[in-house]
Amino acid sequence: MKAVITVVGHDAKGIIAKVSAKCAEAGANIIDISQSVLKEYFAMIMVIEIADLNCGFTEFANDLKALGEAENLDIRAMHETIFDAMHKI
Amino acid sequence: MININDILETINMIKEENLDIRTITMGISLYDCAGDDIGVVCDRIYDKITRSAERLVPVGRELESELGIPIVNKRVSVTPISLVGGKYSPDDYVKIAKTLDRAADTLGINFIGGYSALVQKGFTNNARNLIESIPEALTVTNKVCSSVNVASTKAGINMDAVALMGNIIKRTAYLTRDNESIGCAKLVVFANVPEDNPFMAGAFHGVGEPDTVINVGVSGPGVVSSAIKRAGHCDFSTLADTIKKTAFKITRVGQLVATEASKRLGVPFGIVDLSLAPTPAVGDSVAHILEGMGLEKCGGHGTTAALALLNDAVKKGGVMASSHVGGLSGAFIPVSEDAGMISAVECGALSLEKLEAMTAVCSVGLDMIAVPGDTSAAVICGIIADEISIGVANTKTTAVRLIPAYGKGVGDSVEFGGLLGYAPIMKLREYSCEEFIKRGGRIPAPIHSLKN
Repeated sequence: MKAVITVVGHDAKGIIAKVSAKCAEAGANIIDISQSVLKEYFAMIMVIEIADLNCGFTEFANDLKALGEAENLDIRAMHETIFDAMHKI
Repeated sequence: MININDILETINMIKEENLDIRTITMGISLYDCAGDDIGVVCDRIYDKITRSAERLVPVGRELESELGIPIVNKRVSVTPISLVGGKYSPDDYVKIAKTLDRAADTLGINFIGGYSALVQKGFTNNARNLIESIPEALTVTNKVCSSVNVASTKAGINMDAVALMGNIIKRTAYLTRDNESIGCAKLVVFANVPEDNPFMAGAFHGVGEPDTVINVGVSGPGVVSSAIKRAGHCDFSTLADTIKKTAFKITRVGQLVATEASKRLGVPFGIVDLSLAPTPAVGDSVAHILEGMGLEKCGGHGTTAALALLNDAVKKGGVMASSHVGGLSGAFIPVSEDAGMISAVECGALSLEKLEAMTAVCSVGLDMIAVPGDTSAAVICGIIADEISIGVANTKTTAVRLIPAYGKGVGDSVEFGGLLGYAPIMKLREYSCEEFIKRGGRIPAPIHSLKN
């Protein structure tokens, strides 16, 4: 089972490190990362494997959300299925 | 691999454009709760609902956090209460209404629908007793929603029922006068009522439905509105295509939520209702979609055409995205629940007559419209009869949810708060239709050949 983490907001140092650390802590394996910085805006998308997550997905998503709030970023973790449903026929 | 732009598009729809799942509604049959003793019947009803929908709210929350999309309402619809076997007085029905309310509180849902009667051809004793109990039932409960189907294309219009509903609506407005006549916001009069509608206040669990079922209502006026804005000044074919593509995406999320909820609850999936349901929030308005198409103000000339295009494109886009489509499916145009509609009424652009015309080409009908508190029951009946005729003649669902706000007149407004919003009191025509309504009986079903 895969999930997608998106991070959007003003660019700052160490964003990827902080999100990756949370993933490692929760037992999520990072499969793919892509990021772009457009002017001062930062957008990162991370695809992770959540089969071996050592906590509930809701808890994990809430942790990331809290991290986002602390860093003034919008961080979301969502199951991959919603993107597949919406964009693949 | 998922495309980055697709991911960002989805996030943007949820974050900026108010995309949400409006409701997961579990339909529950109450046929097996029949009995002779009202106390026993109430116990059975309470047990059946709280047992069947026990996990509805937790599963809804689970899906919300996993998929990252808000699921605004979790609701229950039940068999039309007038069809639950037994012989009940109006007082008995009020007891059942209280039971439904209590079950809704226990489950943590915000509305429960099905305090309903189907009387398109005539009344059973139970149906009449239930209808008579509606004003009190809606006064002593908070979460119970009621609906009455008074007509169908096959049966014609039961004008006795229309006449009765005029009084019932007035009485409900009076009994809930301390609370902006809010009882009327939970009461809908229908023609051709759909039996699998997940949206309140008109939801009930139809007669041909399984024991339990999951129906999902999607939303997303903001998403459609933004897509139209992005499309810029394109021609109508491109405009319709843009709406179709957007409706497809919105509905796919609805289908996903419906299938997952059905799997996790072990309850069969019924339908996805492809409705554009507005909320009073900024950027969540159907009126603003129409204005985005090039109308100066919703309600001006051209509005009906714009709405017809929108409604049709939403259905065409949505139909392919879901395995089963049903309910009301179309664009909703409730006045109090749509910031754009409220503003159009306030500036005089949108009249009741234009709203009536608009209902000929979209789902639902005259919805959440506040009218002066001193409007006579006969005039309310006239409004109902007009609107219901549109549904009957055009083989479509139409409905009326009017709030004759007690003690208020044109220039005042009613404030319900939350999803129900607020509504300026609309002006009505004052000519009487009393003699017409007093005739009684049924208006025959319309002919469906010789189409003109």
